[in-house]
Amino acid sequence: MARAATTADAFNAIAEPRRREILDVLGDGERPVGDLVAALGLAQPQVSKHLRVLREVGAVDVRDEGRRRLYRVNGAALKPIHDWVARYAALWDERFDALDDLLDDLKRPEGTDGGG
Amino acid sequence: MAVARSATAQVTLPTDTQIRIVRVFAAPRALVWRAYTTPELVARWWAGQRGEVTSAEIDLRVGGTWRYVMVSPEGFEVAFHGEYREIVPEERLVTTEVFEGAGPDAGAALVTTILTVEGESTILDQVMEVSSREVRDMILSTGMEDGMQESYDALEAAAAGLTGPA
Repeated sequence: MARAATTADAFNAIAEPRRREILDVLGDGERPVGDLVAALGLAQPQVSKHLRVLREVGAVDVRDEGRRRLYRVNGAALKPIHDWVARYAALWDERFDALDDLLDDLKRPEGTDGGG
Repeated sequence: MAVARSATAQVTLPTDTQIRIVRVFAAPRALVWRAYTTPELVARWWAGQRGEVTSAEIDLRVGGTWRYVMVSPEGFEVAFHGEYREIVPEERLVTTEVFEGAGPDAGAALVTTILTVEGESTILDQVMEVSSREVRDMILSTGMEDGMQESYDALEAAAAGLTGPA
């Protein structure tokens, strides 16, 4: 079966709901771990564990600012996942565009075939 | 991108085993329902631009079955079938869905489609629940052209293997 091996790691990382929440929070901007602890209502060791997984696959970057460590989303690492889903969406877009055309046809003449 | 259509399908992955698609249609809900559940109408949109629907059978009752077949320009046949689990006319449709080209391990997906009226428009909200993340990823990868070609090649090879002595 065709599996997208190149994205498997990032997929693993974001398969966990809490890690998706972390990415959501970081999506609004760089944050120290304390903000994530507050936002998620988890203990710091758990948050740190999730952050470690996200960093391992490159989904999250970290930098030191004075005594604080700031985490941020690395969009580039997540792009393959976005692209992958986008291709699937394109298939449905084609389908639904055809459905749009059909619905336009159905809207025009009222009851040409007596309905279903 | 400049496209006349404003609507695009929003695809998200709510859980490891789900694919959710949301799309807005500029049409009354009753028409969207008809287009979704009437064989002659399904035949006009279900293949998109990837081929022609050669068969669409619908027995719209709980426990009733459906089967859609399309043929690509290259001559590959793709078929899906399923069984209706819940039907609330114009509002809600729950059905199983089996891709006939997938192995038996893939199992049936459960597809819940909800239509909601929003002013002059209709919102289609469809969630496909599958048995595992592997199956979900496999389904997602069918959107990829080369992945598609690979599965067609695999299918062709499998079909060739079936043409031996019965």
